[in-house]
Amino acid sequence: MSTRIIGIMLENHSGALSRVAGLFSSRGYNISSLTVAETDDPTISRMTIVVDGEANVLEQIVKQLNRLIDVIKVIEMVDDDYVERELVLVQVDSTKSTRHEILELASMYNAKIAAVSHSAITLEIAGAKRIVEDFISLVKPYGIRELVRSGTIALSNKK
Amino acid sequence: MKKTGAQIVIDALIQEGVKVVFGYPGGVVIPIFDVLYDTENLEFVLTRHEQAAAHAADGYARATGDVGVCLVTSGPGATNIMTGIATAYLDSIPMVAITGQVATPLLGTDAFQEADIVGMSRPVTKHNFLVRSINELPTLLKQAFYIARTGRPGPVLIDIPVDVSRAVLEDYLYPESVSIRSYKPNLDGHIKQIRKAAEMIDAAKKPVIFSGGGIIHSAAYDELRELAEKTNIPVTTTLMGLGSFPGNHPLFIGMPGMHGAKAANYALQECDLIVSIGARFDDRVTGYVAKFAPNASIIHIDVDPAAISKIIKVDCPIVGDAKRTLRVLNEIVKPRPVDAWSDKIAIWKGERLFSYVKSDTDIKPQAVIEAVYRETKGDAIVTTEVGQHQMWTAQYYTFTKPRTLLTSGGLGTMGFGLPAAMGAAFGAHGKTVVAMAGDGSIQMNIQELATLSLNKIPVKIVILNNSYLGMVRQWQELFHNKRYSSTCLRGGILCKSCPGPEKCTKKYVPDFVALAKSYNIPAFRAETVADITPVLHQGLGIDGPVLMEFIVSAEENVFPMVPAGKPIDEILEG
Repeated sequence: MSTRIIGIMLENHSGALSRVAGLFSSRGYNISSLTVAETDDPTISRMTIVVDGEANVLEQIVKQLNRLIDVIKVIEMVDDDYVERELVLVQVDSTKSTRHEILELASMYNAKIAAVSHSAITLEIAGAKRIVEDFISLVKPYGIRELVRSGTIALSNKK
Repeated sequence: MKKTGAQIVIDALIQEGVKVVFGYPGGVVIPIFDVLYDTENLEFVLTRHEQAAAHAADGYARATGDVGVCLVTSGPGATNIMTGIATAYLDSIPMVAITGQVATPLLGTDAFQEADIVGMSRPVTKHNFLVRSINELPTLLKQAFYIARTGRPGPVLIDIPVDVSRAVLEDYLYPESVSIRSYKPNLDGHIKQIRKAAEMIDAAKKPVIFSGGGIIHSAAYDELRELAEKTNIPVTTTLMGLGSFPGNHPLFIGMPGMHGAKAANYALQECDLIVSIGARFDDRVTGYVAKFAPNASIIHIDVDPAAISKIIKVDCPIVGDAKRTLRVLNEIVKPRPVDAWSDKIAIWKGERLFSYVKSDTDIKPQAVIEAVYRETKGDAIVTTEVGQHQMWTAQYYTFTKPRTLLTSGGLGTMGFGLPAAMGAAFGAHGKTVVAMAGDGSIQMNIQELATLSLNKIPVKIVILNNSYLGMVRQWQELFHNKRYSSTCLRGGILCKSCPGPEKCTKKYVPDFVALAKSYNIPAFRAETVADITPVLHQGLGIDGPVLMEFIVSAEENVFPMVPAGKPIDEILEG
């Protein structure tokens, strides 16, 4: 099994997303994360998919992505020659005694404070997957009330 | 020009050169049918089931190479064509399916006869569209035909809500051209790769050409033949490719795979080079993939990049149209003499590619097919259903011309053959159309006898009746200790024990001859060997539709056979 990050430029209209998703689901592959939004050209969406699977099957899926009529371009993130980021919002229990520690952790990781209440802090962290996951594991002992991850977005450095 | 959506649909069909549409009316397509009512230059054929309309459109496309068209209503009308669309998809058949849909304000409300057809058909179409406004209707119709017939062909579904059909477009003009930025099929193979392929062919000691349906889609028959004759390389074609290379050509070594010719299977297993053209290494061809052609390098020419290295790792991929690529390859490839490899192939091939034990007492299904071949002088369009009779047809009817064997190779759809023959008859140009069927398959779309009868569509139905679902029965005989679970068509829940086919006293239903007659179709039955030729003489001599039933030996098996999951040189010969 290997993990792949795939960028896809596709027509910004209904059906395109499920066409792409269908290529994975028809093989019983679970997509780890999928993000999609309009690009600077409003007729084109850009999607980033992170998926685990057998290398040869993923290679086949990439070919079939290229074959979809709605897909304009497929960009594979390879050789560590790409930038990836993920945004996480996490609401952590905080008491008078733990607040300081949590804020210290946040500052170490460049996390921002998004909201504060008497009993909780909502933190916002953006970064590479490995970094945000480290951060999540560090705040976990304080008690995570809710957590949401945007899923990875990525740009290749290759021209 | 001012036109309604419904008028635009019909005008688009005419502009695209469509001659015949198969379908079935229903609530949300009434506006379109209303336009059809006084449309000339376009034949509409009412089938008796929507599935048959899709198969008929498919059969027409297979016989002619033109885009087949079917038109049905929303909900159940549209769900009924899914099998037909999937059948066309797996065999890369150009088809446009037009479905009605509930009005746009009702979409997603579980309205009467609403189903999410675009969602449902997504995995079995090359592309599909839901038309949201009449403004985009002309472009989407144009795109549908363009996508269906270009690149690797395939079915395209266009779902048209009834309010779009009723709406009026003030300044309608059917687009002359189409451009889709994300869809530009690559037709010209890379010259460096073609040169590399030519070098590989020159260097090979034991090459084999393995070609498929792509030769037919690209009309590359002459080019394929030129390559084979220039290089003296033996040719095996897949089921989908039968007829694209003459079945009686000295270089032809038969179809490969599970029920393929020994010569083809042995040649593939021993060769050092496979030149694959428009074939996709289906599992029925490769058998156990890890042991397929163990010594071979592989050149793969295919218009679909996703077909290359999908199953078998390819050494020289060439993405391009078969005809264009072969033209270039034929120029640069060096001639090869007949050599020791040719001699070895000739020994494997023997006198004939396939043989069976003949009988004076029982009608052997293979003998019926050979007789049909003789009586039609090998020049008929033959459709099949799926099962034993399909394999026997592939083995014993020598196909010498392209587009003469129409068969559901990929999806393996029982119920395909009769409606496909119906469609093919509209593009047969005077050729006899034979629908070869088993007694199981024919019943899956038997209602089309009405369509044949009322429209006098000259399809010659041949039923090989062994009173079994023969192919499954064969597997049960060979691999499940003769436990014929639910494969006897005389049996049912009232059977408490089975005395075997010889001693069974149950009467077969239906009486196909009586059934055909009830549809006003002439019908004949052959029960002895002596009946075979007279029945064919009588049946084929009649204008219009005919049904001929042959009571064949019940437990005949299709051989040779490679058991599923075995290498293709581990052959059972009965």
